[in-house]
Amino acid sequence: MWEYTDKVLDHFRNPRNVGTIPNPDGVGEVGSMACGDALKLTFKLDKQGRIADVKFQTFGCASAIASSSALTEMIKGLTLEQAGKVTNQDIANYLGGLPEQKMHCSVMGREALEVAIANYHTGKTSKKILEGKVVCHCFGVTEDEIVRVVRENRLTTVQQVTNYCKAGGGCGKCQPEIEVIIARIRAEQPSAPPAPKPAPHLTTLQKIRLIEETVEKEIRPALKKDDGDIELIDVVDNRVIVALRGMCANCQVAQFTLKDVVEAKLREFVAPDLVVEEVPS
Amino acid sequence: MRPVYLDNNATTQPAPEVVEAMQPFFTELWGNPSSMHKFGGQVRRHVETARAQVAALIGAEPSEIVFTGCGTESDNLAIRGAVEAANNPVNVITSRVEHPAVLEPCRMLKERGIPVIELEVDGQGRINLDDLRLALSRGRAVVSLMWANNETGVLFPIAEAAELVKAAGGILHTDAIQAVGKLPINVSKVPVDLLSLSGHKLHAPKGIGALYIRRGTRVRPLLLGGHQESGKRGGTENVPYIVGLGRACELAAKTLADETTRVAQLRDRLQAGLLATCASARVNGDQEHRLPNTLNISFEYIEGESILYHLSDCGIAASSGSACTSGSLEPSHVIRAMGVPFIAAHGSIRFSLSRYNTASDIDYVLENLPPIIKKLRAISPFAVP
Repeated sequence: MWEYTDKVLDHFRNPRNVGTIPNPDGVGEVGSMACGDALKLTFKLDKQGRIADVKFQTFGCASAIASSSALTEMIKGLTLEQAGKVTNQDIANYLGGLPEQKMHCSVMGREALEVAIANYHTGKTSKKILEGKVVCHCFGVTEDEIVRVVRENRLTTVQQVTNYCKAGGGCGKCQPEIEVIIARIRAEQPSAPPAPKPAPHLTTLQKIRLIEETVEKEIRPALKKDDGDIELIDVVDNRVIVALRGMCANCQVAQFTLKDVVEAKLREFVAPDLVVEEVPS
Repeated sequence: MRPVYLDNNATTQPAPEVVEAMQPFFTELWGNPSSMHKFGGQVRRHVETARAQVAALIGAEPSEIVFTGCGTESDNLAIRGAVEAANNPVNVITSRVEHPAVLEPCRMLKERGIPVIELEVDGQGRINLDDLRLALSRGRAVVSLMWANNETGVLFPIAEAAELVKAAGGILHTDAIQAVGKLPINVSKVPVDLLSLSGHKLHAPKGIGALYIRRGTRVRPLLLGGHQESGKRGGTENVPYIVGLGRACELAAKTLADETTRVAQLRDRLQAGLLATCASARVNGDQEHRLPNTLNISFEYIEGESILYHLSDCGIAASSGSACTSGSLEPSHVIRAMGVPFIAAHGSIRFSLSRYNTASDIDYVLENLPPIIKKLRAISPFAVP
């Protein structure tokens, strides 16, 4: 069984505000039968523009029902502006937390609310309109949606993205694309890398010593983990000639190792213009 | 609240007789069966008795039984062992609805370049023997087909498949983990070459399984490092559990008639009762060729995990093929392979009975489940037509 909090179980067993409001001011419908969960949210405003009543209908697991129920309790009495600021994390927090794999239930709540508010403002279709490019075709998740959960929840792995919005959880074909999105967002976040140090001028002897030291301390230990090894053969100008040994010698990703591990490390620690070449076998 | 356990395809309650039979092997009879002294010798006899008990349940010779750590190990040993022992290149043939303990080894072999054919199933979860014929025509094959499906209880035509595989000169492994103890099985009549069984599905504890290896069938061991089990499975024998499995098989032989009659009747009553009281419910899988203890039923427009949690609140234990319960996001591969529409796939519930269930257990479910279905449908945005 999942580790649900007592509050999740309470809202699941005794869901608040179930049903639909006739002639609502806003309707939000998200999810689908195919996806395994769906939520319909309806609300009515009072004269001051506050949410006077809100009801939900949910097809889904215990935490989907609990998230929907919690959402209705949270937004009652709020203005639409206030309600629009509710995040999926707020819903999860209200419930005392959700299992990581169930975070998408809280995201579904937030999305339904957004669609309902948009429906109030535009009066247009209550169905969720997919904006932007669809990345995950199994669950119909767009790039915008992925970008948003990654930003708002500071996600760093594809598994987390799957937990939060299902993207990547079907056939898995879109996982590389999700990785690219994560990398892009992480790159734009404030932890900007320090400005590169101007490369000091090295004598040939100093350069060779530094290359040897970097191979010894930075590169060899990483390769050893996979039972591989490396041998420094020669240094000619900016060309570093090496031989891969052990498991690396007949590894299919050796070229990757050469460029992305060996060359990257040497460029970082020795000089940015180094080129690594494998000795012909 | 009374506990009603209807998840016996997941695991079964160890029989008290089994637990009792195991006890001495934790206290007095702790010798190593391989030892050349009395401590070992008296234990060896019990291991061999257990081997004979397991063999008797499936009509095998004791020397054809190898004890393993679990059903998954038996499946791995059978498939990988048979492929690796083959002198010439072989194909692997299996079905899309096998347990992961079969599918994953087959997919690993595929990655190593061995051709693997996964047979499709129809809407009732049945394979087409013509598909098997065609697959066998492509060359010598190691075939792995389950006797009974763990999720739906659907039985594959193993006897017919065994004749086809034999005629084609192939090797047939059957994962009979769900079938042993629930159905009469006789390998002296059905010419399978390898058959997996698991202790905890037939009222022995977890951590013990066995593989039947027909005399003359070559299997390369997975675990090297000991002469035990005729060199087919190294490692000091798990004596208490082997004794437990033997006793469980002995009991199963006696209760088989109960499984196929009384338990089947209870299951049928549960099915009829639920179909009569719950609208938009459908049984998944071939009802004619099905384990006597299993009912897989979908309640459309609602989701399985919600049903299970409400059932659990009533003390009723079952399982679901819904996405949410598995921790994955998609419904079970078995349900999907059968082409069950999403409307029903997410709301599939498996009830699996055992000889310990009673008529009042079924009454209790019939009393408690319909209101749960009603309650969840009232919450669902999808209207039942």
